[in-house]
Amino acid sequence: MKMNKTTKNNMITYLMVIAAYVIVQTMSSTGHLSRLLSGLLVPICVYTIAAVSLNLVVGFSGELSLGHAGFMCVGAYASSIFSNIASDMPSVPRFIIAVLIGAAVAAIFGVIIGIPVLRLRGDYLAIVTLAFGEIIKNIINILYVGVDSEGLHVATSSQNFHVAADGKEILKGALGISGTATLYKDLRDYFFLIGVILVLVTLFIVQNLVNSRTGRAIMSTRDNRIAAESVGINVMKYKMIAFVISAALAGVAGVLYAHNMSMLKVSTFDYNMSILVLVYVVLGGIGSLRGSIIATVILYALPELLRGFATYRMLIYAIVLIVMMLFNWAPAARDWRSRMMEKFFGKKNEKEAA
Amino acid sequence: MMSFLSYLKDGISLGSIYAIIALGYTMVYGIAKMLNFAHGDVIMVGAFIILSSITKAGLSPALAILAGVVLCTLMGITIEAVAYRPLRKAASPLAVLITAIGVSYLLQNLALLIFGADAKSFVTVIDVPALVLFDGKMTIKGITIITIIACIVIMSVLTWFVKNTKPGRAMQAVAADKDAAQLMGVNVNATISLTFAIGSGLAAIAGLLLCSAYPSLTPYTGSMPGIKAFVAAVFGGIGSIPGAMVGGILLGVIEIFGRAYISSQIADAICFAVLIIVLLVKPTGLFGKNIQEKV
Repeated sequence: MKMNKTTKNNMITYLMVIAAYVIVQTMSSTGHLSRLLSGLLVPICVYTIAAVSLNLVVGFSGELSLGHAGFMCVGAYASSIFSNIASDMPSVPRFIIAVLIGAAVAAIFGVIIGIPVLRLRGDYLAIVTLAFGEIIKNIINILYVGVDSEGLHVATSSQNFHVAADGKEILKGALGISGTATLYKDLRDYFFLIGVILVLVTLFIVQNLVNSRTGRAIMSTRDNRIAAESVGINVMKYKMIAFVISAALAGVAGVLYAHNMSMLKVSTFDYNMSILVLVYVVLGGIGSLRGSIIATVILYALPELLRGFATYRMLIYAIVLIVMMLFNWAPAARDWRSRMMEKFFGKKNEKEAA
Repeated sequence: MMSFLSYLKDGISLGSIYAIIALGYTMVYGIAKMLNFAHGDVIMVGAFIILSSITKAGLSPALAILAGVVLCTLMGITIEAVAYRPLRKAASPLAVLITAIGVSYLLQNLALLIFGADAKSFVTVIDVPALVLFDGKMTIKGITIITIIACIVIMSVLTWFVKNTKPGRAMQAVAADKDAAQLMGVNVNATISLTFAIGSGLAAIAGLLLCSAYPSLTPYTGSMPGIKAFVAAVFGGIGSIPGAMVGGILLGVIEIFGRAYISSQIADAICFAVLIIVLLVKPTGLFGKNIQEKV
């Protein structure tokens, strides 16, 4: 079968994910997977989706978003509230609708946030996305949601929050939502499979977007905004497309996270979570989707597996982050690298040039 | 009425701490054109240095403050030289921003390893009697008075320094146009180093004042005030020294009023909403200059 280079490249990424799934699944069914490791599988899928979606904004649209955890938070809460309200639905369609709701609500927030944020550039954009992440966290923290025979109740303080005896309190402010995972007992064993499917769907969406006309327009706004504008590309529109799709996919990551957890607390989705996802993106290579996946799997699994290393985990992340940025982006380091390449592979390069 | 005045006083007190932090931000942003995410963490490190030199090394408060300022200054220069300078001419503007986040993380986690995660109570370094007004209906703490005075003094000295001294004018030149400044014989690297030195030295003082007013110190103490001070700097117009002061005080007042009259749980959200509104309505801030982007 003849495939062009892009298709082949995309296929390799899908196959890599599927192969990883098959290997892990075989190990798990033959009992070679420790409890600790099998507990990591779904979170790895969550962070993979988050990293791939963040890479769309950081790598392809060229904007630094520090509010990614905010979108995950919105997706997580919206879908958990839905799952709790619709608890008498069969679990498979309920989960599918929950994913769609999480993505849709996160996308709506993406639009609301994107309109003011994307008018800004660089540092300002980074700090405002950070601010939005904090605002979302703050607001969900005081939100009370319950349902009873009279319908849905929403309040902003526990004093104003009254749910009749036949109903149930779903979201209780800072206490969060508990028991979403128990609504999906029958799907429990398939959560890793669901996670992998969601990773593949995310990859499918992002890879196809990036290699489309829209994707090339998005990259042109990254490379040179003014040049892109001058050839008639609507910069705001394309930045918005990337931002909203990224937000929606982060929402999906949030849905998966929320439905795998027995307790959902807003304090999890803090600034550090956004930074962690950013670390995965940077170490995997900004603009490389496959890199994001590999980096997430390795960086998430390693510190959990090597006990004792955990104390130094964040410290090592920080150092690696700085060193990687210097090595990859500093003009001096780039010169040095190309000199080294010439020295060792000089002849090969000449051949290619000829 | 009395409670209003008392909130106003608290707001100004908090705001003047934001203002001092924002001065450091605005200097660095105005001259090096980079958002130094690690600035808030330099504050935390400064506070830890001052605290340990008093409790562990037994230095007198004055010497401890000096040690804090000197070490933070050196740290600022080192961070700039190692982590930021190599990336100044990088192709992507994101590179230096992500590195700054890395530095911020590095400082937090180093402090976590050295000092532990539990909150340390900060010692009383500044002991000034409180001012009692309106027959005891209102007391202004000594630290509040010192903070406000320190803020005004620092702002005046910085304004004078930037306008009237040779290195100060070099800073203005670098802020306006790095390449042209270089052609005119300004040592750009040294000027940016000096900016980081001043910013980080101020951070140590800000750390002292912050921890004297809110005497609980953890490795994460600096990050939220740091981000809010950036909001203050943007509010006042980034790059402008009086702007940082006005923005800082206004933000402090807004935060305390929001806490008191709206909800204490969403005070942070109110602060950040201010940032978003300012950027939408007047992106250059109160005192900022409008700079047109050229091809």
